[in-house]
Amino acid sequence: MLWYLGRRLLQLIPVFLGATLLLYGLVFLRPGDPVAGLGGERGLPEAVQEQIRQQYNLDEPFIVQYLLFLKGVFTLDFGVDFRGREITEVIAQALPVTFQLAMMALVIEAVFGLTFGLIAGMRKGGWFDGTVLVISLLVIAVPTFVMGFVLQFVVGVELGWLPVTAGRDPDFYTLLLPAIVLAATSFAYVVRLTRTSVAENLSADYVRTARAKGLRRTQVNGRHVLRNSLIPVVTFLGADLGNLMGGAVVTEGIFNINGVGGTLYDAIIRGENVTVVSLTTVLVIVYIAANLVVDLLYAALDPRIRYA
Amino acid sequence: MTPRRRLAGIGAFTLTSALLLSACGGGSGDDPEAANEGPSTGIVTVSNGEPQNPLIPTMTNETYGSKVISNIFAGLVYYDAEGQVHNEMAESIESEDNQTWTITLKDGWTFTDGTPVTAQSYVDAWNYGAKLSNKQNLSYFFEPIEGFSYDKDSELTGLTVVSDTEFTVKLNQPESDFPMRLGYAAFMPLPESFFDDPKAAGETPVGNGPYKVETWEHNSLIELRPNEDYKGERTVQNGGVDLMAYTEEDTAYNDLLGGSLDIVTNVPSSSFATFEDELGERAVNQPSAVIQVINVPEYVKEFQGEAGTLRREAISMAIDRDQITETIYNGSRTPATDFTSPVIDGWTEELPGNEVLKYDAAAAKKLWDEAEAMDPVGADFTLQIASNADSDHQTWVDAVCNNVRSALEIGCEFDPYPTFDEFLDARDNDAISGIFRGGWQADYPAMSNFLGPIYGTGAGSNDMGYSNKEFDAKLKEGNGAETPEQAIEAYKEAQTILLEDMPGIPLWYQNVTAGYSEAVDNVVFGWDSDPLLYQVTKSE
Repeated sequence: MLWYLGRRLLQLIPVFLGATLLLYGLVFLRPGDPVAGLGGERGLPEAVQEQIRQQYNLDEPFIVQYLLFLKGVFTLDFGVDFRGREITEVIAQALPVTFQLAMMALVIEAVFGLTFGLIAGMRKGGWFDGTVLVISLLVIAVPTFVMGFVLQFVVGVELGWLPVTAGRDPDFYTLLLPAIVLAATSFAYVVRLTRTSVAENLSADYVRTARAKGLRRTQVNGRHVLRNSLIPVVTFLGADLGNLMGGAVVTEGIFNINGVGGTLYDAIIRGENVTVVSLTTVLVIVYIAANLVVDLLYAALDPRIRYA
Repeated sequence: MTPRRRLAGIGAFTLTSALLLSACGGGSGDDPEAANEGPSTGIVTVSNGEPQNPLIPTMTNETYGSKVISNIFAGLVYYDAEGQVHNEMAESIESEDNQTWTITLKDGWTFTDGTPVTAQSYVDAWNYGAKLSNKQNLSYFFEPIEGFSYDKDSELTGLTVVSDTEFTVKLNQPESDFPMRLGYAAFMPLPESFFDDPKAAGETPVGNGPYKVETWEHNSLIELRPNEDYKGERTVQNGGVDLMAYTEEDTAYNDLLGGSLDIVTNVPSSSFATFEDELGERAVNQPSAVIQVINVPEYVKEFQGEAGTLRREAISMAIDRDQITETIYNGSRTPATDFTSPVIDGWTEELPGNEVLKYDAAAAKKLWDEAEAMDPVGADFTLQIASNADSDHQTWVDAVCNNVRSALEIGCEFDPYPTFDEFLDARDNDAISGIFRGGWQADYPAMSNFLGPIYGTGAGSNDMGYSNKEFDAKLKEGNGAETPEQAIEAYKEAQTILLEDMPGIPLWYQNVTAGYSEAVDNVVFGWDSDPLLYQVTKSE
């Protein structure tokens, strides 16, 4: 087990190097000149632009820029962004709120998705199953920004049940509506995954055996059906954490949450390579960590899987 | 008549509102301190965004930062809502020849750190802003001052401190509108502490304006609180202002409707059709100092020579400005009749030669056919209209293209660039294959600011490569004019030349579309599209 964990952690190094190089290359290939855009319609004097390029090493060739970035990573000094703020500070500000939002969304989609999916799967073909099917189709079909604006307007502006925007100090209450919006699409997937999985497992041999042994219905469902049905769902949830954190651009924008999504979008538009790559790298690490947890969970869920 | 000019300060207009408000503010009785602190004590919340630069006046070239700078600094002059110039810290700004200016300051002003504001504070600040290695965004504003250099660090030798309250400015050439510029962010004074640590000062600025920055929570909010030591005429009528950072205009607007925001400075385009009904008298829709044009690069061969000029006019007359501003923008744009803006002194609807800005499809087609007879491009010619696509430009480009297609019977399409800087890059490198979008927001309320920087030979934003000696001469005449009236006449004549050459096709003036809540009163938006925050009142 420890050996496995160590090996997985070692794998982080090539993944980190590969991801940053790839990301840096992609951002570098972004056409246009970010410094030229700083001056707006009027533009900045050429000499001033030249000085700014020097300050941010933008006049260096790609590989030099990348190595300087790596140096920054290892000395934990990412430098400053175009606004003159420390990039570490920018990340430290954006990450916690997005993490909280993503975790809330994850819990919402897991709890509701599993419950609904389980019931629907157990009563396959019933009215509950049908309703959930229609709802999940609807949720998948409606784009996030539509759902975001509609819920914001109905629940926030018209009914006044929840705050319209998250405001400056987001807490559980103000993040609830955005978390629901963020969770919606994944919730639909979790419901459908669970339902299919449960329905399939219900007719599996070991479930029939368990029933034949005379186990109680709740025991069969809880220990055998649900536990085995969780494997694909957990895989999905693990991968989804990364999506929720990096993909919250739209939701964060609608509810004015000052998190990773907005910061990342802004940095891409402004062509701030270091901010983009640093933030994305953090997301990559979160993604890898989440997947590691998922892999370890497999062993807990399925006795046949053992890590040596 | 003497060429000596003087800017008189008139500051009576805030008095009426102050008197009106003391009546309601004092009546509440909930807060015993309210009566002492002034007419209203509520904190006004205003939609804004994260400033793109440190809060240093000479760095601030965008609207989020300038809302802060204009309220925490007081320069030599300030602008009222109509764009009229009033003395703020200046006692007088005088010149015999529009080239050497003598500026005297009012005595007794201090920065919020307690140090006095002197002539030296101005001279040091301007030198800092102009110095190349300081990389200041607004450094070009000091270009007219003697000693300025784009190539190396140099001192502004044209600035001379005479005494604590007097300094002189020598310009490279006569500039009659020099005093009008002095209310712009670039010309603010800076305290001595700034120069010790500009980086820290950009984070926690020390100014001398009606407000001071209490806190700046990045990407979230900037708290402005009244500066008790402020001595100017922009008397603060509220308990402070919270500038809230929003990334989406729709979100800010929903917050306004939901009651958690007092002033929205930009109504989202999705609500153009409805906001005046939703907000009633609390909706703001007035022209501002922003003009949208389509620029015609000189290097595109279809638009060169006599035939080229005819084509420019044909395209201009093919565009139905009234219809587009009405159907696409729901009246939040005003069709253009010149190259400046209705909020600028000297603007007129009757500029000689501006018939080419009126829609006339038949005349347009005739002009195009004439051009075809001289130098044909063929019926399958497709006009490309280039713009950045990272904000909402496709809609109006499509509308203009529809006009062009049906009136001129040629092809027309949107030529999108994913980001603004890519678009700028293409413009700088003469790589645009057709005509391109241009937009201009005035820095200071003067006609010259709409003409010289864009259409002057070799000017910074002249990406068309336009050059006309006659036009340059008229600009110079305006700059050296003895009276503002003479300057305006010269600038009008300069515009008539532009209407003949059409280096740019004026489309429409952008309106300020804004709104405010029932909690606030006396909300007035100025010529620069920003609300005059100091005079907004809000009771608690």
